Amino acid sequence: MILSKLAGRPFLLTAGLLVALGLPWFVYPPVAMDIVCWALFAAAVDLLLGFTGLLSFGHAAFWGGSAYVTGLIALHSGLPFPVAVLGGAVFSAVLAVPIGFLSVRLRGIYFAMVTLAFAQMVYFVANQWRDATGGENGLQGIPKELFGLDLSDPFFFYYAGLPFILAGLFAAWRIVRSPFGRVLMSIRDNPARARALGYSIDRYKLLAFVLSAGLSGLAGGVFTISHGFASLQGVYWTTSGQAVMMVVLGGIGTLWGGAIGAALIVELHDYLATAGFEETGIITGAIFILVVLLFRRGVWGTARDLIAARKNRDPAAPENSDTKVGAPV
Amino acid sequence: MLQQAFNGLVGGAFYALLALGLSVIFGMLHVVNFAHGAFYMLGAFGSYVLLDSFGVSFWVALPLVPVVLGVVGVVLERLFIRRLTPLDPLYNFLFTFGLALILQDLVKRQYGVQSQPYPRPSALRGSLDLGLFTYPAYQVFVLALSLLVCGTVWVVLTRTRIGMIVRASTERPELTRALGIDVARWVTPVFGFGVALAGFAGVLAAPMRAVNPLMGADLIITVFAVVVIGGLGSVFGSVAAGFAVGLVSALGNYYVPSLSQTLVFILMAAVLLWRPAGLFGREEATI
Repeated sequence: MILSKLAGRPFLLTAGLLVALGLPWFVYPPVAMDIVCWALFAAAVDLLLGFTGLLSFGHAAFWGGSAYVTGLIALHSGLPFPVAVLGGAVFSAVLAVPIGFLSVRLRGIYFAMVTLAFAQMVYFVANQWRDATGGENGLQGIPKELFGLDLSDPFFFYYAGLPFILAGLFAAWRIVRSPFGRVLMSIRDNPARARALGYSIDRYKLLAFVLSAGLSGLAGGVFTISHGFASLQGVYWTTSGQAVMMVVLGGIGTLWGGAIGAALIVELHDYLATAGFEETGIITGAIFILVVLLFRRGVWGTARDLIAARKNRDPAAPENSDTKVGAPV
Repeated sequence: MLQQAFNGLVGGAFYALLALGLSVIFGMLHVVNFAHGAFYMLGAFGSYVLLDSFGVSFWVALPLVPVVLGVVGVVLERLFIRRLTPLDPLYNFLFTFGLALILQDLVKRQYGVQSQPYPRPSALRGSLDLGLFTYPAYQVFVLALSLLVCGTVWVVLTRTRIGMIVRASTERPELTRALGIDVARWVTPVFGFGVALAGFAGVLAAPMRAVNPLMGADLIITVFAVVVIGGLGSVFGSVAAGFAVGLVSALGNYYVPSLSQTLVFILMAAVLLWRPAGLFGREEATI
């Protein structure tokens, strides 16, 4: 078993990398870019939901906020796009400090409502501050500048944007595996005991919130450069909901499951858009409801459980209760 | 200025009705109903469809639509929400989020995003002279009726046996059960009632606000902020916060127009800083 574990890790990792590298050969390149951007966004949301036990329903503020800042830097400074993207990510992390400071003191459902409300505030500010954000029109014509290279072909831009996404995913993975990540999980599982052990749980949650926001900002920044525009849609609550949806669909607390959820939902949207069906909420909402009712472990979680059950062949394997979101799977 | 304050109270009446429904449901089921805004929207659309296709007047729609939506709520609770209530409350939040998406887009598919007209009932078309200023009669009616409804719910909750059972089940469900009261029996009607309140607010909104599929989506998030200010699960707190937020927003809009939409969230931030559980909430919100 140990051997298969050792062999399994690099295998999965290599497979994941190959899929990421080969994606634009199989999928329309701009859609491939969307998928990996949303995958990082979902991983960032899962960092909170699955590993810290906090459902943020306001991450659109960081994804969309970064989109505006990235767009503004790229439009007005003429700097290469990586600088703009990093600027957006830093902005999101900074924005997360006050929002997180006020929100992490609440638990569970209260946290979800408050983050949702703060994100709506960001939306209203973006809507009203037309001089900076362009209001309803958004920011348009954002350039893909990289030392004069021509990145107008989405196929090539995919490979220019991918390193940022992979770096973000790697960071999320490192965070989860680090001692810091272990403390987050202990806070998720038993906040009272974590506090009794001397951890300042609010400070840990705040740091997790800021890191998650920064990664969301990174994803939103690349997304914006890829599309060449930033719009109000990015900071709207449906965007937060969509990220959460991807996490739940892929499997809460699996980190990589979000990528599967992202691929499924982005492809579905693309398919519906091609078919001229605009009311995507009917379909995505219905799928989401079914997942919440019947497959609370999501695609990745279910697959992992099945594999584990086969490996162990132990009928008495403890059935994980999913009464708590993000309970150890 | 006084007129602005009055506008604020009328706006607050909608916050209060919606917050009241959310709070009652949350108290009993520990479910934060994301679809509350969608039911509000359905209330407005219900009365629009009744008038437009069947010629049913506002006065019939006002009791009829909430009752129908209440029944829909009862069915939803029985079929789905009940399955998720024993789990983490987040699952029901996610479930009702999906539900809101579906309802909103179904209506959008049928009627598009443009606003549908709904005439004011003829009896309430004029203006009333309130001494200091004249005011549209319909708005006065909305304010009076919502105060009446909130007041009635308050009296039922505090002065009747049903209210006693509901309050006891909210605060100490196990103990209430131990005293021989079937708590589970009251869960479904309370959910239906909360949904009906949202529908009622929607019918009231139809003649004075734009009837469109998105009318509930943005409102409900503001109502979340209202409920956080008042203290989730505190019925009195939600209603008081509803009217207060309406008033403060209108006055804020009068003095600093650019803050009109964000003021409620700034208020929420201030309350969170000072009392994380909300003004009238219990400490269970925090750890």
